[in-house]
Amino acid sequence: MGMTYVQKLLARACGKPAVAVGDVLEPPVHLAMSHENGALVINQFTEIFAGTGREAKVWDPSRIAIIFDHRVPAESSKTATNHKKIRDFVAKQGITKFHDIRGDSGGICHQILPENGYVRPGNVVVGTDSHTTTHGALGAFAFGIGATEMAAVWALGSILNVEVPATIKVVANGRFAAGVYPKDLVLWLVGKLTAEGANFKVIEFHGEAVRTMPTSGRLVICNMTVEAGATGGVIPPDAETERYLREEAGVTGPLDLFGPDADAVYDQVIEVDVSQLEPQIACPHTVDNVKPIGEVAGRKVQQIVVGSCTNGRLDDLEVAAGILKGKKVATGTRMLVFPASWRIYSEALRLGYLRDIVAAGAVVCNPGCGPCLGVHQGALGDGETALATTNRNFKGRMGNPNAEVFLCSPAVAAASAIAGAITDPRGGR
Amino acid sequence: MTTGKVVRKLGDDISTDIIYPGRFMATVLPTETPQYAFVDDAEFNKKLKAKEIPPGSFIVAGKNFGCGSSREQAASCIKGYEITVVARHFARIFLQNSINVGLNMIICPTLEAEEGHDLEVKEGKVHNLTTGKSFAIEPLPKARQAIIDAGGLIPYARRLLLERPAR
Repeated sequence: MGMTYVQKLLARACGKPAVAVGDVLEPPVHLAMSHENGALVINQFTEIFAGTGREAKVWDPSRIAIIFDHRVPAESSKTATNHKKIRDFVAKQGITKFHDIRGDSGGICHQILPENGYVRPGNVVVGTDSHTTTHGALGAFAFGIGATEMAAVWALGSILNVEVPATIKVVANGRFAAGVYPKDLVLWLVGKLTAEGANFKVIEFHGEAVRTMPTSGRLVICNMTVEAGATGGVIPPDAETERYLREEAGVTGPLDLFGPDADAVYDQVIEVDVSQLEPQIACPHTVDNVKPIGEVAGRKVQQIVVGSCTNGRLDDLEVAAGILKGKKVATGTRMLVFPASWRIYSEALRLGYLRDIVAAGAVVCNPGCGPCLGVHQGALGDGETALATTNRNFKGRMGNPNAEVFLCSPAVAAASAIAGAITDPRGGR
Repeated sequence: MTTGKVVRKLGDDISTDIIYPGRFMATVLPTETPQYAFVDDAEFNKKLKAKEIPPGSFIVAGKNFGCGSSREQAASCIKGYEITVVARHFARIFLQNSINVGLNMIICPTLEAEEGHDLEVKEGKVHNLTTGKSFAIEPLPKARQAIIDAGGLIPYARRLLLERPAR
């Protein structure tokens, strides 16, 4: 019986000829990522070694990545102290993939990993962040774990008790119409599957729309698979994967490119013709409450957010800048832009995107998680409505349980900023 | 055998932002997180902090409890009060975090219970002592029971570490 992509990946990682859904494995970890919550991981890691008589050393400092992104620069002395604790640990352990608060190398973890070539096809990647699913875009089995589980990875070098997941196959046919983007595809998919529709499963993407999609878009759709509950999203590596890794991530050396078996068995197959998709909006307070834009157009918004690990990449800023150029953000609406990394920030600066965005009245902030999870910058006032290119709209998400968050593509966000209300970027509709 | 009262009934898709809002994420230690448990559910949070809710009480919820962020604070903050969560289903990362930090959680897909009802957990079932109805518990994914039996992931990982040769 054939294996899906992730089944095959896990079999290879564990040195087995084959694995089946439900098998329990302990795959070695190629990359273990944390951000500010590394402070808790350090605490739990130290606990594991307590009383063992062994020195608390991580299994392989070259396979651990730590990126400061959730609260940068620190918003409080508590965060600053956590940052300091992590810096000291990084230095002591010799961890090399460390991205501090720096304009030449910092950014959001889910952009820093791809753009630095830290993730390769066939890798097992774990991160103390639920959106670690993002890295399936490069052919990795990548998933979020908790801090204590990460502490065990740091100690042992493997991820314990992984059950081989079933796989949902999504075949996205056709080409996107103008004004419709990968974000609209994944919002539509989360709406169809529901917030728990893929719980404990992997979503594997195929079809013309995926094959012709640049890696930036693939990162968007894999990022949000967790919103359907998926353990991971994955795109079997192809020519675009190799192009991105070589040209944009500076990866040299051999790549292990493989695909699922032709006779792989899937839990479910979903086919969609993306040429028929309209811009999609996830409405409060769940990500699966998705509607075509026509049903919510006209709704007033006080805050627009473009950025985050979902949609803060160069092409996202290009789309937003293109719509904003020569226009103004509506009075009574504020627009915040968070590029996903400082590399992207610098490119967007060079290409004039940030100039056009600022001239329109938007505020460009430093790369980071910003208001997405309500910990730092851009909180909402009571009764306010936000429209964001981020990935979650749970009650309280953007720092205030008495506010509402709608989710959309960068094109919808930019068009809506000009109008001060949810607006179809395709115009004339 | 465990008996206790249902102290809070919640719906489907209760996210980690409801359990432990992101704005408190700089607080990480299990000894400190309980103060922010369900902090936006002000009345419930107040009762928790006032220790008006005895250990062994139950929170009951619908499907996909704990969806969203991987923040372990969402599990450790409830664990701090020794409350058991009974839900129709749990989101994957929250389920794993609960097991890792020793939060009692029970998967009970058909459960019917209201606030104030008395529940008893016995022999693979949740018995609602108030209504007299019983509901089957879904066994945990098999790979996870071993961690519970060891008393959480820290002792489990420590044992594995000692079984394996030092690096």
